[in-house]
Amino acid sequence: MATVGTTRAPGKTGLVQPALLIVGAAFLFTDLYLIFQYVPTERVMGIVQRLFYFHVPTVWVGFLAFFIVFVSSIMYLVKRTEVWDRRAYAAGEVGMLFLTVAMVTGAIWAKPVWGVWWVWDAKLTTTFVLWLIYIGYLMVRAYAPDKRRGARWAAVVGIVGFVDVPIVYYAAELWRSLHPELVTGPFAESGGLAPEMRTTLYFSALTFMLVFAYLFRERTAQRADEQALDELRARVG
Amino acid sequence: MSAYVRSALAIYRKDVMIEARTRETLSGVFMFALVVAFIFKFTFDPAPQVVALIGPGMVWVAYVFAGIVGMNRTFVLERDRGTLEALLLAPVPREAIYLGKLLGAFTIMIVVEAAMLPVFVVLHDLSFLSLPFAVTAVLATLGMAAVGTLFSAIAVHTRARELLLPVLFLPVALPVIIAAVSATSLLLDGGGWGDIDLWLRLMLAFDIAFLVLSSWAFEFVLEE
Repeated sequence: MATVGTTRAPGKTGLVQPALLIVGAAFLFTDLYLIFQYVPTERVMGIVQRLFYFHVPTVWVGFLAFFIVFVSSIMYLVKRTEVWDRRAYAAGEVGMLFLTVAMVTGAIWAKPVWGVWWVWDAKLTTTFVLWLIYIGYLMVRAYAPDKRRGARWAAVVGIVGFVDVPIVYYAAELWRSLHPELVTGPFAESGGLAPEMRTTLYFSALTFMLVFAYLFRERTAQRADEQALDELRARVG
Repeated sequence: MSAYVRSALAIYRKDVMIEARTRETLSGVFMFALVVAFIFKFTFDPAPQVVALIGPGMVWVAYVFAGIVGMNRTFVLERDRGTLEALLLAPVPREAIYLGKLLGAFTIMIVVEAAMLPVFVVLHDLSFLSLPFAVTAVLATLGMAAVGTLFSAIAVHTRARELLLPVLFLPVALPVIIAAVSATSLLLDGGGWGDIDLWLRLMLAFDIAFLVLSSWAFEFVLEE
């Protein structure tokens, strides 16, 4: 903490964050144009299918975020450097946000298309379980008596939860195949995408990655500031 | 016998002895399972043909909830009497503490599950007793205890300890719960080893994965 007295804050991220913000915003506006103007309306599902371009990218990012939680948690337990804990925490929070958006858009899309808000196929079940594990992950930190233990316990939950996800998927798939399917053909549309749809989907995925990267870095920097402030307070008081 | 297994068994013996003298956890968990099984009668009031349909679910809800109640207590005594520090100071590997505690939780759950079998016969006219069911129950309980022991060591030190364990435990234990209920359903429908083979293998994989992972991770949970 030799930087006290200068203007440089511990969590400051230089030029990358403003650049990400500008590029991310430009992508987001372009993405909205693609989703609501450029891409043709799907013939069978109609206008609601446009949610697809929010839903699928946010699912991808939500799962990617949990992979970051997993890797950062291992790195934290092995190296014990705070920066890995901050990364895991930030990825957990932002990932939880993305997964929530994914589940809400998915449900709104499912109602008119499948006739129900939710089905318990392997993909949805796994996503829901991952979402619950995210909540547990954040709750462990909130209920821990101090930050250091909260960080260690959360890392354990992050690692155990990540290993659990493929097993949940397999079990849910096996379970479904033994029960009569109520609604057939979920995610069937991903097979026959028109070129414009494919372009929009990939562009949207890139956009949400940028948004995630921005939020993730911002949150990590905030945590660094928070810690620096705590240390400063402890020294003064 | 290695020092590792010896220390795990010593911790296990200590817990069994405490339990044998007080019977606190065992009787409490059994009573809990009993009232869960009893309340099913009034929440569903199932006709005989419905019992065959929802029976496996009832049984495993009772087992899983009782298991959570039991596992919540795995570290409570150690914490309340301040003996956890002594356990940590003892020159034994952390994995041995985990294994000893896991065996204790497993034993209590298995004893309660076995004691509940006649209760299900009396209350709901449900009979499960068979070798394939016993293997299903052992594999499922081992998986639950493997994850639950790790999480209860976390939960016991938090502010909301009784609350946190189910929130952490149930989502992670879902594969084992699905497998146990499905296998029990198949057995109740007259199935045999061949029908539940996939579920048994799934539970075995889960058990091995989380026994290894949890005994590694346990060290980081207990560290001060």
